[in-house]
Amino acid sequence: MSILVYIDIANGKIKKAAHEVISYGADLSAATGDPLIGVAIGSCQDKLEELGSYGLTEVIHLGKEIEQNAPTEADAWAISALASEMKAKTLLFSHSLSGKLLAPLTAASLKAGIVTGVVSQPELNNGFSVKKSVFSGKAFAKIAIKTDVRVLTINPNSYPVKQGSGNATVSTKAYGTAQSRIRTIKAEKTSGAMSLTEAEIVVSAGRGLKGPENWGMVEELAGELNAALACSRPVADAHWRPHHEHVGQTGIAIAPNLYVAIGISGAIQHLAGVNRSKVIVVINKDPEAPFFKAADYGIVGDAFEVIPQLTAALKKVKAS
Amino acid sequence: MKILVCISKTPDTTAKIAFTDNNTKFDTTGVQWIVNPWDEWFALVRAIELKEADPTVTVHLLTVGEADADPIIRKALALGGDEAIRINASPTESQFVAHQIAAIVKDGNYDLVLTGKETIDHNGSSVGGLVAGETALPFISLATKLVRQGSTLTITREIEGGQESCEVEIPVVVSAQKGMAEARIPNMRGIMAARTKPLKVVEPVDTTEYTATLQFELPAPKSGVKLIAPDQVQELVRLLHEEAKVI
Repeated sequence: MSILVYIDIANGKIKKAAHEVISYGADLSAATGDPLIGVAIGSCQDKLEELGSYGLTEVIHLGKEIEQNAPTEADAWAISALASEMKAKTLLFSHSLSGKLLAPLTAASLKAGIVTGVVSQPELNNGFSVKKSVFSGKAFAKIAIKTDVRVLTINPNSYPVKQGSGNATVSTKAYGTAQSRIRTIKAEKTSGAMSLTEAEIVVSAGRGLKGPENWGMVEELAGELNAALACSRPVADAHWRPHHEHVGQTGIAIAPNLYVAIGISGAIQHLAGVNRSKVIVVINKDPEAPFFKAADYGIVGDAFEVIPQLTAALKKVKAS
Repeated sequence: MKILVCISKTPDTTAKIAFTDNNTKFDTTGVQWIVNPWDEWFALVRAIELKEADPTVTVHLLTVGEADADPIIRKALALGGDEAIRINASPTESQFVAHQIAAIVKDGNYDLVLTGKETIDHNGSSVGGLVAGETALPFISLATKLVRQGSTLTITREIEGGQESCEVEIPVVVSAQKGMAEARIPNMRGIMAARTKPLKVVEPVDTTEYTATLQFELPAPKSGVKLIAPDQVQELVRLLHEEAKVI
């Protein structure tokens, strides 16, 4: 009757998304009385014991002979086998790259009902129902899960991380001999780029910047805010910026604490990808730009003047 | 090689999102329907490209939907593909849709099953993986590139902080995203040809209900923008720090 939470590890580090999912699991465990158990796969430089501070008491570490860059189907088989053995009722993943691979494969194998992109704790008074993001962030749906075993993926930046104290007990288990049918040839890292979906602050720019040569000031502002960089679709389509920076309905959906949009008019497709941001700042010289309606703070002004001033003002605050 | 491209009918990207019947149903009033962009732009176009490179490839389109999905199936056929299958049922949940697709995959001996990375209405990102799990085929999620050499596919997928290229033997299930292909516009010849391409309607296989959508809700509206003069950027910094507490 336990809750099994998958601990997202990338490049040997425990991801922030894992802390969110553990916090979610700890609250669910408190509400249901079901024990919370974490499963980690492969090598990890961070100390798994320290996940105890997020409310995880037990971690099962599946050791692995072959090192890998990212999760594989064999990981899903190992998680499913563990879940069956433990009679886990609820499996939690992050709605991240790893969760999008592992959660549906695990749900298929366990014949579990699956809800992805979950944004809040389930209602338990009449069965089990959860709220998920739908219509690209423009609405939520409450979905009842009717199966005995349930698989959830939790939207990044949706659930608050709660950190206290305590240590988790870590036990090691064999991973099993199953091997993925997919052979890795090579992996390339995008150097230095911060994960857009996990970033707490995102600075984004659009066509108002006039050309890729003007991104220097955007990068400086992002650097000052320790923010990830994003862009609008026309900018990615024109190859001013790489496609992986495109946020919006047909790009990446994000929900940072702060989203700063520079020279982006705010088409409905763009808003769909960013409207779950907690605070939105819009800088645009057109006072009629639709983005101002979705913003918390706005500056009607020329980005080429405002952005360097804003960067300077942030520097000054930091220095003082 | 036989390719099955799974497509969904979704509201247009600019559609107004509203609900009726005590927020239990999507309000379709005035909504334009389109092929889910992730399915059309990336999965379907890449399948058509593979056929263009090798005419022995067959491309079948599949959707789970009622008769009102036929116009978007014809629209997809106008881009390319040999024939389409519609499973005559409302696509109520991801497990239901995946069961229906899996039945067709098993029956049709497909070598490559392509889906978009998610639909823009349900945002599930789960049908591809569920189909792979149920048919016991390998699954590659969030693919940005797919190259075929005989029965071997070389696929690039997005991973944390970068990308990975890998090899797999067909049959396989792949979910496609940006990078896989460039969106196309159907030409007149394609539109004319689509009218006479076979569209087979099959009844759904029996399955249990895994999940049920109870109700929808809209996010709380923003309270209104606070405008700051362009020469007062230090005030914005102060508000973000003291009022919004995000920096």
